[in-house]
Parts: sequence; structure tokens; C-alpha cells
Amino acid sequence: MKVAGTTGLIMNEPLLWEKSKKGRCGISIPESDVPSAPLDAEFEGEGPDFPDLSEVDVVRHFTRLSQWNFGVDTGMYPLGSCTMKYNPKINEKIAAMPGFAGAHPMLPPELSQGTLQLMYELEGFLNEITGMDATTLQPAAGAHGELTAMLLFYAYHKSKGEKRSKILIPDTAHGTNPASATLCGYESIPLESGEDGILTVERVAELMDEDTAGIMVTNPNTLGLFEENIKKIAEIVHDKGGLVYCDGANMNAVMGVVKMGAIGIDAIHLNLHKTFSTPHGGGGPGSGPVCVKKHLEPFLPVPRVTKDGDRYVFQYDRPDSIGKIHAFYGNYGIQIRAYSYILTMGQDLKRASQYAVLSANYIKEKLKDVLHLPYDRPCMHECVFTDKNQEPYKITTLDMAKRLIDYGFHPPTIYFPLVVHGSIMIEPTDTEPKENLDQFIEAFRSIAREAAENPDLLREAPTVPKVRRLDEATAARKPVLCGVN
Amino acid sequence: MRYLPHTSEDVAEMLQAVGAQSLDDLFSTIPKDCRFTGDLNLPPAMTEWDLTNHMAELAGRMAAWPECKVFVGAGSYSHNIPASVPYLLSRSEFSTAYTPYQPEISQGTLQAIFEYQTLASRLLGMEVANASMYDGASALAEALLMAIRIARGKKTTVAVSKLIHPMYRQVVRTYFDPTDYKIVELDYLPDGSTDLSAVEGMDDLAAVAVQSPNFFGCVENIQAVSDAAHRHKALSVIGFTEPLAYGLFKSPGSQGADIACGEGQSLGIPQSYGGPGLGMFTALQKYVRSMPGRLIGQTTDKDGERGFVLTLATREQHIRREKATSNICSNQGLCATMTTMYMASLGGTGIRKVARLNRDKAEYMKSELKKAGLEIPFERPTFNEFVVKFPEGYESTYQKLIDRQIVAGIPLECHYPELADHYLLCVTETHSKADIDALVKEVTA
Repeated sequence: MKVAGTTGLIMNEPLLWEKSKKGRCGISIPESDVPSAPLDAEFEGEGPDFPDLSEVDVVRHFTRLSQWNFGVDTGMYPLGSCTMKYNPKINEKIAAMPGFAGAHPMLPPELSQGTLQLMYELEGFLNEITGMDATTLQPAAGAHGELTAMLLFYAYHKSKGEKRSKILIPDTAHGTNPASATLCGYESIPLESGEDGILTVERVAELMDEDTAGIMVTNPNTLGLFEENIKKIAEIVHDKGGLVYCDGANMNAVMGVVKMGAIGIDAIHLNLHKTFSTPHGGGGPGSGPVCVKKHLEPFLPVPRVTKDGDRYVFQYDRPDSIGKIHAFYGNYGIQIRAYSYILTMGQDLKRASQYAVLSANYIKEKLKDVLHLPYDRPCMHECVFTDKNQEPYKITTLDMAKRLIDYGFHPPTIYFPLVVHGSIMIEPTDTEPKENLDQFIEAFRSIAREAAENPDLLREAPTVPKVRRLDEATAARKPVLCGVN
Repeated sequence: MRYLPHTSEDVAEMLQAVGAQSLDDLFSTIPKDCRFTGDLNLPPAMTEWDLTNHMAELAGRMAAWPECKVFVGAGSYSHNIPASVPYLLSRSEFSTAYTPYQPEISQGTLQAIFEYQTLASRLLGMEVANASMYDGASALAEALLMAIRIARGKKTTVAVSKLIHPMYRQVVRTYFDPTDYKIVELDYLPDGSTDLSAVEGMDDLAAVAVQSPNFFGCVENIQAVSDAAHRHKALSVIGFTEPLAYGLFKSPGSQGADIACGEGQSLGIPQSYGGPGLGMFTALQKYVRSMPGRLIGQTTDKDGERGFVLTLATREQHIRREKATSNICSNQGLCATMTTMYMASLGGTGIRKVARLNRDKAEYMKSELKKAGLEIPFERPTFNEFVVKFPEGYESTYQKLIDRQIVAGIPLECHYPELADHYLLCVTETHSKADIDALVKEVTA
């Protein structure tokens, strides 16, 4: 096969302060047109020990660094549960328009009708896509949205004069779910999935009680499976006065196919940086809006954007609100990009979900004879394999993932979800052409052959990138987190 | 649809491979009563060109610098950003990557964030910085929770200055609401700094938190805050909304801070209506294992070459789940990278000059307003923003200026009812002397 990964000329580049020369500067600084104001020595510091660099130094430095990175624009990035789909370029241009990028967050409403209208309309779009009644755009990322939803649950129960102490969390959940619940003072009660990888009505019924605030369900779940019993589960939780939260990290599977508001969900967060195509930025900024049903609306963070005739305004006076979870209105620049994406896609959002699911099932079918597939049933937008078939050769998931790099692919998510030993979680997304899927499949099949025939190739991988496997144990044992000159 | 690559031939081949008759068939595991069968009620898809026009129309209804003269800081600052910074940041190897789980092909992100951690630590005089939090407000909330964690839950009260940004305090209250932890708000003195007297004798204190420069723009006596905290075996938590001030003023670290955290937007990030910005979070090394958020560490590869990895992950949610130090996963990585590009462009020489310019402009405006007979009620030194007391009835002048796209500060009364007619004004290096003179003329007319 023709392999995508190859070697090329990559430049070494020192740390910033290793190339500093005192007196250089990479920014033009205006001459002062006002008198200088002396500052009492009691307050004046020495100033930070920053490296001095010219503009060329800075540009070359970061250009070289960028070339050591792999992004969606470089190649297929099938990181499960992260929805690494294509990030449209027009949305970058729009977010940089001076009217948006230069807007101060405390502008009076008469000078900020554009941003307010966008927020109002984006909330409406997200309500429509999720089938919910109201949305807050304030959470800055998915986990921040989870926390917001848990705070809403807490406030809801409090308004009923209750303080519940527990929450049900499936064993397939992202680690952020229990961590968010803890921040709200909830004890996480682990909920085991059934034999077919989904939650059972019986187990929920056993665990759900009137001291349990509700349940956090990821749907589709992290095994890429739709929680088929969700409606019955929601009924049980509601009967005990609890609430159902959906972790919407995997919404890319079901846009226009399932309306969460119609299947018993009370609150859901969305990751605009996953489902709605905004760039992941090497780990953020993301955006994690929370959409809720009517009964949770009074508790949403302030301010709420409302429409008064033709005029958009912020409403702060909401006595039941949980308050604020971001200094201003969340990651607004990300909201602009998601809004632009939705306007670009229209009805094609559904087709995006269909293609995401089609591509994942295609990979599943094409690899299941060489990789162990723990749940052999139709999947949603991602499929989960394990390294069980490679165990006889003492080859692990990590070895296969590292070898994929040599073939020119970003590895899938590995060792998550935790319920599957040695899991390999592949999410191809809706934007990957079939030729790339085929090449990825061929690469993985070839790696499976190498595992049997020449396992050292995998253990030594990767060999193509700038650095080889790194010593993570020493990094953690003797942490060096800050550079010295 | 240009983002969706499959042709009908591709779809047919793939459906056949998976044994499905149609695209709808793929969703057969979803029970019928969970399925939505209608069409989403969304506007018809737009072309790139129609979208651009629509968005330009929305953006055009915003008051943006320089057409609009905005003399407001209060947590979001207008500074000159060199063209090289957004240009470099648009390199999609940075922007279209995710969390660097695979270090061999993420060294660009990893080294850049390691450099960010280093420069952030140096700016604030601290020993270690994390890879970022969401914003200044959530960074403060997490800092206070961390202080309680370090006190092992034995001490659960935090003393928070009333001169911390009102919206940050609101976020702290929201984070604290479901806990049994207590927040005591510290009043302010006539000179515009925090009154620490209420701290004395508090035996349940985990942290004392102030912001410097504070919400009135005044520089706090950080050493006195740290001393008061340490006398009570509590942590000194120093917040900020304008880190550029530390190009000129003494750093929190040089004055006994245990944690210094705040908003990094002013270091090269566009204002973007309040986000995305950057939650900067720094601390002393001895507290690193209690810190929230991601950390990048230096190490070597198999061949002994220098490289960088995510490290100390056993604090984090994906390993520790309900026992993690925080729930944070995605942070503001690209913003941290942007800030690094900006700080590297400024350098030690440049940051000093730009910081001095900011202070000089603000001092000039202050003196001109004083000359015109206005009162500057707080005498503590300031950086680039300060409070002005206007005569009664100024509100109508303020409103008239807004109609002409001039925003002459923000009123403080909504957050501090005792401060009627007091406004917070900001000037930076982006304002010329002519801008300042014109504003002084307008507000004193």
C-alpha cells in the first residue's frame, strides 16, 4: 500500500529564551505623546525576565513548532469521543471581523445588537436541534457545561426544599461526569452497563431513590451505542423526583435523528468544538452550551438574552438563577463559528450525522476480522475495538496506536472507555472521504499483520516523527514544569 | 455540501459493506419512539458568500474600535496586537489539533504551552503555571477551592475582597453555592485598597483573596495581604484582570503570593465580546499536586532528545474521576499559545515600555480630569484604569456620548450602590493624547 506518512525536512528549534538577545523586540511600540509619570519605588518591580526576540525570530519559532504538530488539516484524526471533523475556514474569517473581535463585552445594548442577535438566534437553533426549550451559551467547554447542568439540578431540588446527595453515573461515562458531580457535592453512584454495552432498566430501578438527584447519561454512549432504554430509564428517574442529564459529547451521531427533549432528557450540554465544527485549538477554547426543558429555565445563568420588540437586551433580574459561571457570556468567538456552521449546513446537519454513523460502521465492518470487537452490533458515530487478538504477540493497544503514526494517521482514543480492556475507540466523523477511510483500514490491517510477523516494528514505533516515545514516568516523578535560562 | 465528501456511489458502496439498505437503516437500533422523523426547522443552507454578507451585517451593528471610542477596561482591554500573532495562530497545525495525548506528533503544542507556563510564571513571579483555565473568574473559583483542598477541608472559609471584579465574585458564589464553604467579603478603605482588618482573628480561614490592580484600578498592598493570610495559616490568592500591569509593578510572587490567577486576555487576545480569553493559574511548586488543570512537563525520548508531555495526570478527571482536583478537560490552549506569541514578541524590553505607556496615558488623563475640576476619589496608585466621580446629573451626558459611539467608562453604582456618579475609566496605548483630550472635553462640557 502507499503510505501517507513519510519523512521530510523538519527543523530543530530551541526554547524561546535560548534564542533571546537583549535589546531585540518583535512589536512596534508607539512613541509616548504624554508626559511620563513617575512611579514610587515602593510599587515598581523589575519587570519579567522575558526573552527579547525580533519579529522574524518569533515567526520562525512558531512556524517550526507548528510543523511538529498533527492537526485535522494534516490528516485523518479519528480520536473517539472528540469529533475531530473539518473546521471550516470561512468561520475563522468571520470570527475575526473587527465588529466581533473588537467588541468590548460591556458595550451598552444599543452598541451591541449584532452580538446579541447572534446569541439569541444561536440559542434558538440549539433548542431546535436538541428539542429543548431554552439554552445558555455561557459554559466555556463540555465539562463546564456538565458542571452548569449539575448546578441547575442542585438549584431545582433546592427550590423544592430538597437537598439530594447522590447521582447515578454509568461506568462508560467520561471522567468529567463524576468530577463535575463532585464539585456539586454529589456522591457518584456507579451504574454498570448491561452485557450488550447499554444501561438496563432494572439496574437503574434498583439504584434510583429519593436521595438521588438524577442520572448523567452519555447518549450515544462512549461505546458508540445508543442507549435504547433511555425513555424507560428517564421515567424511573422522574418518578423518584430526579432529573436526567445527557452528556451531549456524541451529538454528532444523531442530529435530526433524535430530539433529546422528546426522550426524557431534562438538560443536555453540547460541545460546539465537536458537533458544530469549531477548531479544537490543541485543547481549547471550546464551548459547552446547556439546553434545558422549561422547568429548568428559571435557574439558567445570568444574563439571559431576550428580545424586546425589535431590540435585543440582556436580562439580569432572574431571582432563581444559579448566577454566573463565566465572567462574561462564555467563549463568544466560538459561538460565532458554530452559528456560521449551522447557517452553512441547514438541513445537511442530518446528513452529517448519517455520514458520521455510516463511516464508523464501515470501519467496524472492515476491521472486525483483525481486531477484537467486544460489542458486535450496529454502532453510532464511533466503534470500539480491543487489543485482545494481539495479546499472543504481547502487542498492546499503545503499540498499535504508535505504529499508526508511522502510517500517517493520528491514533484513535485509547484505553477509554474504561469498561473495555485495552480499548481502541475510532471516530472517523462525517468529513473524512472514503479513500482516507480505506487507507486507514488498510493501515490498521497491515499493523495487525506486523503484530504477528514482526512485533518489534510496533514496539519501536513511532520512528517517523521528530521525537520517539517519551519518558513519561520521569516527567511525572521529577516534574520540570517551568524552563530556566 | 462542500464539507461532506461522500458521493452517492461512495454511500452505496459503504451501505453495502455494512449490510444496510439505506442511511435511515443505520439508525435501526434507536427505538422508533425515540426517533425524530420531521425536518429540522432551521434556515435554508447559505452559500459562503451569503453567509459572509449576513455576518458582516451583524458585525456592522457593533461598536468596534477605532470608529467607536471605548474607554472601558473592567476585565477586557484593548491593546495593540502585532499582525504576526494572529497570522501565526492561524497555522492550522496548532488550531486543528486537540489535547496533546500523543506527544510524538504534538510537540508543537506541547513546547508552546511549556513556554507559556514558563513566561506566565515569570510575569507573575511564581514557580509553576498550569496550561490554562477557562477565564479569570473560573480560575479564581478554582484557586479558592484549591486552598480549601490544601487545608484538607479543616478550614473552609475564604475571605474575598469586594474590590475583586464583581462578576468574578458572582462566579465564585455560583461555584460555592452547593458546598458548605463560607465566603466572607472584605470591605474597602477610602484609599481604594482592601480593608484587611476583618481577617484578624478568623480561625477558619483557608485563603485571603484580593485582585491587583483591583476593580477600581488601584494597586493593592499585596505583601500586607500575604502577611495577613500567612498569620492565619491561610493561602494568599492574588487575582488580576490586567496582567500587563506586572510589566511595571511588583509581581505577586515577589510579595508572598501562594496562588496568582486571573484573566490573560490583555496579553494579545482579541476582546471578542468577552471570550475566548485565558484563565491564567500559577502557584508555588509545593502546591503543584493540588492544582487543577493540565500541566506540561519536560522529559526526553528513547534517543535522549528533549521533548514535552502532559504530566501529573493523576490529579485529573480522566484518571481520578470523582476524586480529581477539578473537572476541567478542554481549557483555553490556543489562547495560551496566542499569549505566548504576544509575550515573546514584546520581550522583557517591550513589555516594560508598553506597560509604562499604559500608566503614563492613564496618569495624563487623570491629571487632565482633575484640572477640569473632577474628583479622583481613590488615591492608591493605578495602572491603566481609575475611578472618577462626576457631578450629579452626569448620566445624561454619558448617555448622549453613547449615542455618538463614545463609551466614557462604566457606572459603578450597579455593583457598589454607595458609589453613585462614580465611573470606571480605562486608557491604554491604543488611545492617543488627542483621544484623551477629546474625551476630557466631552465629559467636562
